[in-house]
Amino acid sequence: MAKLTKRIGALVLRLAAFGAALAALIVMVTSRERASFFAVSLEAKYTDMAAFKYFVIANAVVSVYSFLVLFLPKESLLWKFVVVLDLVMTMLLTSSISAALAVAQVGKKGNANAGWLPICGQVPKFCDQVTGALIAGFVALVLYVLLLLYSLHSVVDPFLLQKS
Amino acid sequence: MAVSKLVLAATSTKSCKVLLGLRVLAFSATLSAAIVMGLNKETKTFVVGNVGNTPVKATFTAKFQHTPAFVFFVVANAMVSFHNMLMIAVHLFGGEMEFTSFRLLSVAILDMLNVTLISAAANAAAFISEVGKNGNKHARWDKICDRFATYCDHGAGALIAAFAGVVLMLIISAISISRLAQPNKCSSSTAAAPSVLP
Repeated sequence: MAKLTKRIGALVLRLAAFGAALAALIVMVTSRERASFFAVSLEAKYTDMAAFKYFVIANAVVSVYSFLVLFLPKESLLWKFVVVLDLVMTMLLTSSISAALAVAQVGKKGNANAGWLPICGQVPKFCDQVTGALIAGFVALVLYVLLLLYSLHSVVDPFLLQKS
Repeated sequence: MAVSKLVLAATSTKSCKVLLGLRVLAFSATLSAAIVMGLNKETKTFVVGNVGNTPVKATFTAKFQHTPAFVFFVVANAMVSFHNMLMIAVHLFGGEMEFTSFRLLSVAILDMLNVTLISAAANAAAFISEVGKNGNKHARWDKICDRFATYCDHGAGALIAAFAGVVLMLIISAISISRLAQPNKCSSSTAAAPSVLP
């Protein structure tokens, strides 16, 4: 009975992580704003920055992976592989969030020493959507760390509770 | 089958030396990345205008502290190299400590946390450097690498070392996790704790 609740808990966690990564992906892809000042019209899209493109790709990979693992049968031998792949996905998530956050921080505050002006003043809606995508990505990261600890516990049995 | 063979190979005494060697490599890679980026500084004077016939010069400095991503990079690399140093010390001198499963678990979890930390730091610095090298037409951010070439070169070297550290930390973490499956003492003094065969 306890095993069943634990399994259901893990499935719920993975579903939530899949949802969060998918939400981050969708919010980032649909962030687009057109602003015009003086005679110049500029459009801010997520493809303008390489870091945001990487964020979209990483979250897409994580979403697809989570969706596939949701359907993995219980007694499959691939669960041991899932531990390592969970670690790799967590690495992908942290690196994508960190890169997007670094570039978004420059976009919001600018970098006076390099002569880079902040762009959030001209495209506030774009900035808000990027912030939302980053928050969703961070939630996905936290859920993935919990999932990693759970897979470690269930597959490897670190406390040696089962004498083999 | 292949997984259990891999796990068995990961817990023999030869793998202990491999793990130690990998940790030494990761320690040196992350430490050199932190040091090279921490000492990254370039000062240059440019001619910014002309007053009459005399050129007006101004001095500009490029430091790593100007960019928060690089500050995070230095701090994270220092933390990961400290973690590796600690793990090497525990490995070499911790033989008398009680070899419980808690010790293995804490090593595995700490390794996983440090893998995520260093991958985040290396990637943040990489993408900021990409903006600095190529500029960004859409946001009207000029590139700075054509004016501060040495600063960019040193930063690139630090980034390469950090990415080598990322790969090494990933392998180390995988080995630590597989050592959880079959705990095996790494000291070569006694033929103690025979590993449980699957």
